[in-house]
Amino acid sequence: MTETTHRAAARPAGPAASSHGKTATPTGPPGSPPRSWRSHPLRRATPWLFLVVPLALLITFTYVPVGNMLYYSFTDWDGVSPTRNFTGVDNYQQLFTRPELFRVFFVSFYYLAASVVQIAIALYFATVLSFDLRFRNFFKGILFFPYLINGVAIGFVFLYFFQDGGTLDSVLSWFGADTGHAWLGDPESANTSLAGVSVWRFTGLNFVLFLGAIQSIPGELYEAAQLDGASRWQQFRHIIAPSIKPILSLSIILAVSGSLAVFEIPYIMTGGATGTSTFVIQTVKLAFQFNKTGLASAAAVVLLLIILLITWIQRRLVPDERVDLV
Amino acid sequence: MGRKTLASALLTAAMLTVAGCGGGGAATGETAAAPADPGDASGEITVLTHRTDLVQNGTMKRYAAEFHKTYPKVKVKFEGITDYEGEVKIRMNTENYGDVLMIPGAIAKNNYPKFFAPLGDSAELSKKYRFSDKTEVGGKVYGIASFGTANGFLYNKAVWKKAGITGWPTTPEGFLKDLRAVKSRTDATPYYTNFKDGWPLSSPWTNSIGSVSCDAKAGDKLATSAAPWAKGSDLNVIDTLLHDIVHRKLSEKDPTTTNWESSKNLLAKGKISSMLLGSWAIAQVQDAAKKAGADPDDIGFMPFPAQKNGTFCATLASDYQQAVNIHSEHKPAARAWIDWFTEKSGYAQKEGGVSALRTAALPASLKPYVDNDVKLIERSEAKTAQVNAIDDAAEIGLAKQDYRQKLIDTARGAQQGSLDDFFADLDKRWNEAAKTAGS
Repeated sequence: MTETTHRAAARPAGPAASSHGKTATPTGPPGSPPRSWRSHPLRRATPWLFLVVPLALLITFTYVPVGNMLYYSFTDWDGVSPTRNFTGVDNYQQLFTRPELFRVFFVSFYYLAASVVQIAIALYFATVLSFDLRFRNFFKGILFFPYLINGVAIGFVFLYFFQDGGTLDSVLSWFGADTGHAWLGDPESANTSLAGVSVWRFTGLNFVLFLGAIQSIPGELYEAAQLDGASRWQQFRHIIAPSIKPILSLSIILAVSGSLAVFEIPYIMTGGATGTSTFVIQTVKLAFQFNKTGLASAAAVVLLLIILLITWIQRRLVPDERVDLV
Repeated sequence: MGRKTLASALLTAAMLTVAGCGGGGAATGETAAAPADPGDASGEITVLTHRTDLVQNGTMKRYAAEFHKTYPKVKVKFEGITDYEGEVKIRMNTENYGDVLMIPGAIAKNNYPKFFAPLGDSAELSKKYRFSDKTEVGGKVYGIASFGTANGFLYNKAVWKKAGITGWPTTPEGFLKDLRAVKSRTDATPYYTNFKDGWPLSSPWTNSIGSVSCDAKAGDKLATSAAPWAKGSDLNVIDTLLHDIVHRKLSEKDPTTTNWESSKNLLAKGKISSMLLGSWAIAQVQDAAKKAGADPDDIGFMPFPAQKNGTFCATLASDYQQAVNIHSEHKPAARAWIDWFTEKSGYAQKEGGVSALRTAALPASLKPYVDNDVKLIERSEAKTAQVNAIDDAAEIGLAKQDYRQKLIDTARGAQQGSLDDFFADLDKRWNEAAKTAGS
């Protein structure tokens, strides 16, 4: 890195400093020899100039809306009125004195259970497909494909899949199982079905993450293990599992926060009816059906805090240590 | 260290931006009057509409061309918005929400003067237009209805005839008996709830408030009612009927995967025997019948099964109200469009709606009502603002599908609870909210 900069800057090199702090040479008095580019004050700005565009986008589309949301959560704004009153922590007080608003988190357990299944499936296929197999890339494509489809489209497709006499019913009837069961008809069945759709959709993402981690393991390790007579299971247990630990921990964080913030699939497929409402659906309804934008913003802030808290706990329990295989 | 400064800089920037987000520009209270001479109105106006279908198939453009003949200097542009309510509500935080728009339901009535230009005095306009009290604030009217609809059940006459039913049922119990006859004698689904799409559970049912008691002020009375779901009240009768239809298994087998577009076809073809909708839907279902090769004359329309002193009543409720953006630069042109569209375009007739113009004749779709002496009552909207405020505070959603979806889930046993408990809970929430929000 430093090497290339040296060559690229076809000027007398200044003090070859590796950190920015040391390059800041004081501006010389007028009449002193021309300053080198290295000591030029603009040089310190260069990385920031490169960052201007992404930072502007990040601030405009992430930090400003979050700031706005924080601000709304302290007002009684209805989402459209030009006037809004500052109400202090009233919204938060309301939120925490209404336990029924948090009951929807029970629905998240369905999705949490589903993500365990999802990670297991993804891990299994990632391991199997990391070995040399016929049609390997074809299977990889098939597994990853659902993740590329828009969530709204998935919702509509599976609505037909689950409807009375729909795809699922006709497939079952080929095997003689004519259940006539309304898949989205009662809370338990509906939530299980929706969680199933979520597994179908997100397995591909987990799969690709795991596969990437597995393929970065040097091949000699397997060879050495084979020479030592290790079985496939032993290879998985002692080579693959330890080396994908950071990715596994990331997947778990994503799964937990994902299950708490489920939205698209239940919103499109059931609209939160029949006991499938999640915290985010409830928040959206507070804001856009009952015009309680202030309260809904407070709910969104609370969800953000819950997810941050869970992530923090998870990081404390499973610290991210460097994995060293060799 | 450096990273921390950056983070705090970002945070400060975010906070500053938040502080800079104030309300819209100053609003003037000047009336959007129609031009004295059609040649005076000029400019390009944008009309926001929820009728994306009419924008796409060119119907709106034809209206605009017709309008252009009378007002040669005005150019009309349409913006069809699929998620009309959601999108327009957000756009109304800026000044850029078209010149003419349909008033979204989310806008509180007392905020109308902040968003829309007044169209004239209420005393004057109410003589000319129906439904003008819905948008009246402080003696001024802010919106004119595009059309109104009467409420009632669409039913397939052929199916009902096959089931041996001759007359309209006069009580909810009679209606249920007829549905049972349909179930046992034909293979049609007696009633279709449209549970999944949801909206057919909201406005058609809620608009029936007043049809039961034959009282134009039934809606207004909710503002002062301590128990809107008390036995014998309009809401109680309406929601009990829905509950019983589902509870006695007279509705579709799997309500969670219904589909509105296909339900029109099924009704036209006699696979469904009835649906509660508005008179606006008759034209659409007849259209579906023509396309499916069925007889459009089989589509009948009957009032809510309840009589007061031996007559049926049906409420007339207005559809979206058209208003002029207070920030519009071409207010006379915008007003000219609203007047022309309401009075001269023939839109209301074509859609099977009741024209907002008092002098206009009732549409052909309401012939069954006229022939059978159904009393049409124009719903009073004097207290709508208070009712909506209570409704929002209680998080019930009279005009939303959620609580009726829960009612259906209770009726078919997918959720625990009895109908009485369900109503008691609604009453309790309504009552608590009325204490804080109603006044």
